[in-house]
Amino acid sequence: MAAQNGGTTNGGTRWIGTRPVRPDGVDKVTGRARFGADLHLPNMLVGKVLRSPHAHARIRSIDTSAALALPGVKAIVTRDDFDDLPSEFVPAGEMLINYRDVVRNVMAREKALFEGHPLAAVAATSEKVAKEALDLIRVDYEVLPHVLDIDEAIAPDAPLLHEDMITAGVEPPPSAPSNVAKVVEFAHGDVEAGFAEADVVVEREFSTQPVHQGYIEPHSCVASFAEDGQAELWCTTQGHFVVRGHCAKLLGMEVSKLRVTASEIGGGFGGKTVVYLEPLALALSRKSGHPVKMTMSREEVFRASGPAPGTWARVRVGVTKDGRITAGEAELKYQAGAFQGSPVQPGCMCAFAPYDLEHVKVTGYDVVVNRPKVAAYRAPGAPQSEYAVESIIDELAKRIGMDPVELRLKNAAREGTRAAYGPTFGPIGLVETLEAARSHEHYRAPLAPGRGRGVASGFWFNIGGETCATLNLGEDGTIALVAGTPDIGGSRAALCLQTAEALGVDVEKIRPLIGDTSTLGYTFLTGGSRTAFASGLAVIEASKDMIGQLCERAAKIWNIPVDAVEWADGEARPAGANAGEFDPLTLADLAGVAGKTGGPIVGRAQINAQGAGPSFGTHLVDVDVDRETGRVTIERYTVIQDAGKAVHPSYVEGQLQGGAVQGIGWALNEEYVYDEYGRLQNPGFLDYRIPVCSDVPMIDTVIVEVANPTHPYGVRGVGETPIVPPMAAIANAVEGALGIRFTDLPMSPPRVLKALEEAHIPEAAD
Amino acid sequence: MARAHVITTVNGDPVEFLCDTEQTLLDVLRDELHLTGSKEGCASGDCGACSVIVDGRLVCACLMLGVEAQGHSIETIEGMAGGDRLHPLQTKFLEHAALQCGVCTPGFLVAAKSLLERNPDPTETEVRYWLAGNLCRCTGYDKIVRAVLDAAQEMRGG
Amino acid sequence: MQYEAPESVEAAVRLLSGGGPRGRVLAGGTDLLVQLRAGVITPQLVVDIKRIRESREIREEDGMLVVGAAVTGAELGEHARAKSMWPGVVESAELIGSTQIQGRASLGGNLCNASPAADTVPALVAAAAECRVAGPNGMRRVPVEDVCTGPGQLSLGDGEFIVAFELAAPPPGSADAYLRFIPRTEMDIAVVGAGVNLSLDESGRCTAARVALGAVAPTVILAEEAGAALVGTECDDSAMEAMVAAVRAACRPIDDKRGTAEYRTKVAGVLATRAARIAATRAREAR
Repeated sequence: MAAQNGGTTNGGTRWIGTRPVRPDGVDKVTGRARFGADLHLPNMLVGKVLRSPHAHARIRSIDTSAALALPGVKAIVTRDDFDDLPSEFVPAGEMLINYRDVVRNVMAREKALFEGHPLAAVAATSEKVAKEALDLIRVDYEVLPHVLDIDEAIAPDAPLLHEDMITAGVEPPPSAPSNVAKVVEFAHGDVEAGFAEADVVVEREFSTQPVHQGYIEPHSCVASFAEDGQAELWCTTQGHFVVRGHCAKLLGMEVSKLRVTASEIGGGFGGKTVVYLEPLALALSRKSGHPVKMTMSREEVFRASGPAPGTWARVRVGVTKDGRITAGEAELKYQAGAFQGSPVQPGCMCAFAPYDLEHVKVTGYDVVVNRPKVAAYRAPGAPQSEYAVESIIDELAKRIGMDPVELRLKNAAREGTRAAYGPTFGPIGLVETLEAARSHEHYRAPLAPGRGRGVASGFWFNIGGETCATLNLGEDGTIALVAGTPDIGGSRAALCLQTAEALGVDVEKIRPLIGDTSTLGYTFLTGGSRTAFASGLAVIEASKDMIGQLCERAAKIWNIPVDAVEWADGEARPAGANAGEFDPLTLADLAGVAGKTGGPIVGRAQINAQGAGPSFGTHLVDVDVDRETGRVTIERYTVIQDAGKAVHPSYVEGQLQGGAVQGIGWALNEEYVYDEYGRLQNPGFLDYRIPVCSDVPMIDTVIVEVANPTHPYGVRGVGETPIVPPMAAIANAVEGALGIRFTDLPMSPPRVLKALEEAHIPEAAD
Repeated sequence: MARAHVITTVNGDPVEFLCDTEQTLLDVLRDELHLTGSKEGCASGDCGACSVIVDGRLVCACLMLGVEAQGHSIETIEGMAGGDRLHPLQTKFLEHAALQCGVCTPGFLVAAKSLLERNPDPTETEVRYWLAGNLCRCTGYDKIVRAVLDAAQEMRGG
Repeated sequence: MQYEAPESVEAAVRLLSGGGPRGRVLAGGTDLLVQLRAGVITPQLVVDIKRIRESREIREEDGMLVVGAAVTGAELGEHARAKSMWPGVVESAELIGSTQIQGRASLGGNLCNASPAADTVPALVAAAAECRVAGPNGMRRVPVEDVCTGPGQLSLGDGEFIVAFELAAPPPGSADAYLRFIPRTEMDIAVVGAGVNLSLDESGRCTAARVALGAVAPTVILAEEAGAALVGTECDDSAMEAMVAAVRAACRPIDDKRGTAEYRTKVAGVLATRAARIAATRAREAR
């Protein structure tokens, strides 16, 4: 059931569970792979963005005349080049988008709402000229007081980002505007009755800082507009269909006139699901008549692209002496950044999801602040709320003298449990991950003096959604697979394996491609942990479509009814009464005669994938703490997660390892440092401090496989869940080492040292 | 002002180019020579995605001016495979799935090659510290370190 | 931007004092290029000193170690004699940045970037290193601690640049050590740095000690009272406590993105103690 590193689990399947070299691998190890910034077109201009130096300012006027007069400047766009759009939430794929906010986020209108907010964009013959032009643009600001943190933003006299924002979700609606965009609540049972049953109740407040996705490739695109109004866009994105929709809306175009090609993508983790530069590059290209390339500097990435929200939480959980959790209650406040739409709702839904609770209540607040609009980051919303809950679960276990894994097992959600957020779970693997943790050598290994060990679990829903795929059969029997979900971490390999399995052909015969937006129907983005599942289902459906056609051709050749042909092991065989009467026809045989039997053979699928199985994980971590400097060192780390079925186990392990290390950064060092003017002080890798290679040990993985019944091979998404448990697991380990419970992230050395000093006798006469 | 004329060697071949004096070696490689395998992740020497080898030393191409390349020998990711054969590190990165998005991969490979040229039998700790200037946000480094150690063993004939 | 790569000290001085716009000296470039790129500086002239022999070599002169200002951290780390003479200085140079940065970054650049957090400077100050400064009036010697006058501020005159560093032969029973604190294991700028250089007599009694601290004041500081606290002792716990008190008293740090003043002051004492212990151990082994 569980596969350690290096093992495979392909019992019953030929391809699923194997580890072939990824089809795009050679391009990626030789430098051939073309990422966002790697495209050069003839006559291409360079576009640069003028950004607000103020966190909050009314824009009285923008004068671009001097910049336009600079030789080499070909076009400048400002707010005047984009039509205003009404405030309404319209569906875009599975998301609800308010284009009033999208158009303001890509280019400030009435006000600049965060430092780095775009005010103008210039296209020029070189980067040097474009930068000189930026210096010549005159902006007249009325600087306004700003708010960076939740406490400031919700204070009664706080400066308002949006003077017309009335809190939604409150009855009756408030009469006055505020920075609280929305209040959401999820509850069942009677929490006070539940707390009355408890022997021990723990309540604590927690805070987390915004963290950046930290992809190594900055945002980049090349836009090319033709005189007939048709345009092409090349960009690094998790979802080119989503980019097409947003850009068409912002530029007033028909979607069919905009062809978007997804470049290879250098990391995203949710941060490349929205548009920043793309509408600006298109507008500049339309205005100048040249292709325009725009690339963010690393500094711009930090100042102006979405982090995950900073949050505040108050969590209260009650437990009986024998370890039954009687009630859970949480109040969660999430920073949305400059525009509403933090992931507070999924944060609320996930908070208690790992537990079978009779009484639960979660209230969430979506709060706007003068920071960049938050973007999705791996399991958006969940790490912050589950960090708080999993910290309290650990504390409760200590208070009642129960092993923390046992306490979790005793209350774990399982098949049939009504989830804290409403629906009833189907088959899920939380119990299996906890059992694997309890029996893992790591959990039983002796702990060196002074070290601490922590455990925490995590949950993410996973999603499906609109997805297309095409399989083009070549005349030699090989297959060109076209998918619409950009490959961010090896999904082409996972799609080839599922196709190979469904068709019964060698995986090497399938060559995958991420098609542009003109080659397939609308396909939602790579995110939510949906690609291996949803594009997987699509290629399986397309395989079935192709098999149907192959069987028809064989029936025609054999002159027998099509229902007398079966497809097995990659070949058509006569079945039933005709069994054994004709030699089987392989894919290559049928492909070779396709022209004579009815024409080309193409398998297609267009689906709205449903039934993505949730994924649970449990992490184990050992830490050491330098008591004189406050530095926490990760000594050992084990990730255990239910993958449903690991299609390519190496890439599943990679997701678990990468998510865990991102969580380590979130727990220990990553944070944004702003000055009193609301200007970011650490907009670079040097001072933002994501984990480096020497910061971490090997990350052991255990893949648990509890099949997802809605997928033929049992696949669940795996990419999101691994970032959920690390913060609590590490906080729990630090508590184990020091006896100090940290409720504010990051647990950076100054914080840890200060807590150590406060917890112990002050040094004499210092 | 007139562009500077620079004569250098790239991946063993003599190369001449014209550049602005402000352009970095990375700008020159990517924009003038169209060798886009070296990536710009930060332009400040903090991510290692533009790692190249200059006269046998590992450096960030973003922290060197193009004009400084005069008379020196530069090795980039594009020169790592020999003919139609991948370097053992490239093969091991593929076998170990030591890449996810792949944008940091050229830098890691060039840095790892430089390590193994100096130290054919590094410990895990030595690999981790040598590669500390190469950021990877996808993998958590585990499979990268394993791939380098495995390649080292293979290159030693083990 | 005019780029020049002179091949002699004299040619460099001529370029730098040519009466035109003040030039910037380029050694490894690992700070200069970042500032260029960010637009923090827009020099009209850059003088690359890497083609000047004296700036690029490590040599011994009458027992004294002379390290060119443009010698890289990696080259210094590979120099066995330098490492055995001044292990603290060498380890401080090897701490600058990543392997990639090590291939470029130099002692001269690290000093002239004039950051209070420069890793090599506390080690060089503790080692009582002197700079060979070339200028229109010829060569002069300047103690390292006198070069920086504030963040980004140098005491060098027009047309002057540092050609090399002089490190005297350490007396018997002497050794140095340098430690810094960073939140990660690599790639950060020092939150605090501490360099200690001390001498022990045959009985293990400290006869001389210099303690220098980084990132706790506008410039690297020589904490003379901290060194004095060790002299005459056997570097035992009570001497260390006295030294820590003097270190903390000498600190005048600020709160910034890299650490709080309180934290820096506290950790300066911790690092000075740890560095002093390493230096003392090395000094005993050197006897």
